[in-house]
Amino acid sequence: MDVRVDRDRCLGAGMCALTAPGVFDQDQDQGLVVLLDPHPPEDRHAAVRLAAGVCPASAVTVAEHGRPTTA
Amino acid sequence: MQHEPTHAAPVTLPTGRAAGCPFDPPAGLAQLREERPLARMTYPDGHVGWLATGHAAVRFVLGDPRFSSRYELMHYPFPGGPEGPLPPAPVGDMTGMDAPEHTRLRRLLMGRFTVRRMRQLTDWVREITAEHLDALERRGPGTDLVEAYARPIPALVICELLGVPYADRGRFQDHAHTLMSMEAAPEDRHAAMNGLLEYMAELVAAKRAAPCDDLLGDLARESDLTDEELVGLGGFLLAAGLDTTANMIAHGTFALLSNPAQAEALRDDPELAPQAVEELMRYLTVAHTSVRTALEDVEVGGQVVRAGESVTVSLEAANRDPERFPDPDVLDLHRRATGHLGFGHGIHQCLGQQLARVELAVALPALLTRFPALRLDTPADEVPLRTGMNIYGVHRLPVTWDED
Ligand code: HEM
Ligand code: SF4
Repeated sequence: MDVRVDRDRCLGAGMCALTAPGVFDQDQDQGLVVLLDPHPPEDRHAAVRLAAGVCPASAVTVAEHGRPTTA
Repeated sequence: MQHEPTHAAPVTLPTGRAAGCPFDPPAGLAQLREERPLARMTYPDGHVGWLATGHAAVRFVLGDPRFSSRYELMHYPFPGGPEGPLPPAPVGDMTGMDAPEHTRLRRLLMGRFTVRRMRQLTDWVREITAEHLDALERRGPGTDLVEAYARPIPALVICELLGVPYADRGRFQDHAHTLMSMEAAPEDRHAAMNGLLEYMAELVAAKRAAPCDDLLGDLARESDLTDEELVGLGGFLLAAGLDTTANMIAHGTFALLSNPAQAEALRDDPELAPQAVEELMRYLTVAHTSVRTALEDVEVGGQVVRAGESVTVSLEAANRDPERFPDPDVLDLHRRATGHLGFGHGIHQCLGQQLARVELAVALPALLTRFPALRLDTPADEVPLRTGMNIYGVHRLPVTWDED
């Protein structure tokens, strides 16, 4: 799994950091998404997919098997 | 998504809640969602726009920048609203702006409301909560939970965060309340707005003179906001965090007391709190309705919303969509309710949501734990409900318990 974040779209809602901590964080000054782990381990995949799905700004993209998906 | 039947007549927005169902969205929304999740709707001013009740449709509209949030474009969905077009958003009212004006304000504030920053406030929220539990106990059985618990906790928290003296609350709480009423006369709204702004103007002047270490103080020192913007934004932040959180605490308590097995599950397992908060947000959806207006023709699930048409998005109906949440009318604190739209969606999704989560995850379980025999002190059907308010919930919630 390849995870990507788009800090230009991010609105700092924090859904990613809440849903998949360890993979996402927010920087302390601006509240923008910080990607901690672009290739998260298997057991985090479900949480990461959920995070991509609930990001209100569609700023999180997940590519699996080379196929990009945004929820 | 189903298509609108070709000859189906436009609907009007259902607003009446069925007697005996204080937690359910207005009757009529469920049937619409099932048959016409995006239905044509006649607005009180005669405009024929749309009503979105399905989760997919609501989420789509909120997430698409071709739908504007600007008040001056929108048609007001509730009866008894203002005559003629709405005025544009007052300075600082983020919910009535589009990008890039909205982005500028949002980016100034985002860093102050991160998950981590808000979690750091947990201990302090616990202290405030404990003080109010003591006060509740001193007042004794029969006390109104809204006044003694649900309102003061969020008010103290937002005041402290912004740097607004809590002692001044008499000068803004009533105004904020009036602004949240869908039924307030335009003159009263206007007066309330002016009252709030007058108060904020004095405060901002004080912060400019002697900046201190709080959100308004920092903005006064570090941002390029004008005085007018700072006053407007300060007033907006203050109002946004008051009634919403207060009603989630009070109505959340009412819902838990009406579902004793769920209350017990939360009391027995403090780890359940974060999940319970998500489910209560979904189930109660106190911020129930929002509106967007199409800037151009947009296809939504096979139907075309034309430029200039308003779409009323029913967050409360979307959060009960069985296609998204199985058995949606059941309060189940163990369910995974993530993905609910109780804080909205898209660029306006609640800025204060991580703060609200901390407050709710502390205040609700603490109340149940401190008073294990907590119950209503009035028949459930006599609890006064906030029908006709932008933020739903209860006006009062008299509670009692056994004194030992
Ligand atoms: C449980 C309590 C809360 C609920 C249910 C709630 C709900 C919402 C909803 C639904 C929206 C989106 C409105 C729309 O799109 O039209 C929103 C926006 C907003 N909320 Fe909250 N909110 C809560 C607590 C708070 C708190 C504590 C604050 C603290 C400051 C806050 C500040 C804001 C702000 C500033 C916006 C506008 C964001 C923007 O337009 O970018 N809210 N809220
Ligand atoms: S959920 Fe999306 S908008 Fe929110 S912080 Fe994460 S990336 Fe940014």
